[in-house]
Amino acid sequence: MTEKVKVRIDGEVIAATPGQTILEVARANNKYIPALCYMEGLSAVGACRLCMVEVSGVARLLPACTTPVQEGLAVVTSSPQLQSHRKIALELLFAERNHVCAVCVSSGHCELQALAQDHGVTHVRYPYNYPRLTVDTTHPRYVLDHNRCVLCSRCVRTCAEIEGAHVWDIAGRGIHSRLVSELQRPWGEATTCTSCGKCVQACPTGAMAEKGWGVEEMTKQPAVLSRLTSMREGQ
Amino acid sequence: MDKRKIGTCWLDGCSGCHMSLLDMDEGIVALLEKADIVFGPLVDAQEWPEGVDVAVIEGAVSSQDDLKLAQTARARSHVVVALGDCAVTGNVPSMRNGIPSRKLLERIYVEGATERPGVPTDGVPALLKRVEPLQAAIKVDVHVPGCPPKPNSILFVLSELLEGREPDLGSKLRFG
Repeated sequence: MTEKVKVRIDGEVIAATPGQTILEVARANNKYIPALCYMEGLSAVGACRLCMVEVSGVARLLPACTTPVQEGLAVVTSSPQLQSHRKIALELLFAERNHVCAVCVSSGHCELQALAQDHGVTHVRYPYNYPRLTVDTTHPRYVLDHNRCVLCSRCVRTCAEIEGAHVWDIAGRGIHSRLVSELQRPWGEATTCTSCGKCVQACPTGAMAEKGWGVEEMTKQPAVLSRLTSMREGQ
Repeated sequence: MDKRKIGTCWLDGCSGCHMSLLDMDEGIVALLEKADIVFGPLVDAQEWPEGVDVAVIEGAVSSQDDLKLAQTARARSHVVVALGDCAVTGNVPSMRNGIPSRKLLERIYVEGATERPGVPTDGVPALLKRVEPLQAAIKVDVHVPGCPPKPNSILFVLSELLEGREPDLGSKLRFG
């Protein structure tokens, strides 16, 4: 049995396993840290910056999803500073692309929308970018709307790590980053795609959806994917 | 005490927010005991009056007329409420922003016309280059997102404002 380490989360002393991240320990102990790009069962990439926490003795904020615990670590998961940073991160996600809840299949079941509401984002304080983005409808079953993509890369990791097909990748840099299937081939023509739909289930917004659903009708089950990983690890 | 004054207007939107405003059942009676609606699509006044306590603005800023009305409402009102997703985020009207407005008008009124093709210019306001949410055009004091916002949320916000309090939507906050 591995030796446990003692960490403090919001004042409470918790025994954690070395190698676990702050986010994993927090979630296992019912402490809420918001996150968008993190999904249980996938590798963590620290892309969305919503899980930033304060760690005592460290001057900058650290992402909880990629920071491993160590003996004596003390973490603050919520403070006025963190709330303010998380709100900014959320508002910038909205400003970057064209998120129109009113016409979205995932409205009411969207993780981005829910996080904004939970964090009291009543409006976006930054000028909207209004990029002109495409919608890939070439796949017979699924659709990819870049307007709603937050580049969390959950689909990329799900396809590579759970399905083992690695159809998806992020191309470009910074504001020009785009999700691409098979080096820019349209989704419907991607020969490595098994059409399993796991990427769709992993997507936290309406960027990926099954065809045929109307506004507010698309619900997703990312927990099923997390379970796949834990079942495989258990074997 | 004199009755307070509420003004409402409808910029680039679908009027759904005004429908929601009217849908607050008996709540509207209580509201009208405290305030009169002195301007808006629901009343006859031709010009936004001076000294309005609360301006409730639905819709995004899409045309020259929208901009002028928003500026007038701001100048003549104490508090401005952006009502609904169009006013708060640009929402559906802003989906035209990727397309130059001239191209858009030609697609609809020239290519899409079966009779008398031509972009209308008389009696219609010029479109702005880009649709913007209200706060990009004027200072907004209170944002009430939703498509439309629930009648209860509108009643809550207006009641709080009329009592001189700053409304906190809390769990009533929602987009879409």
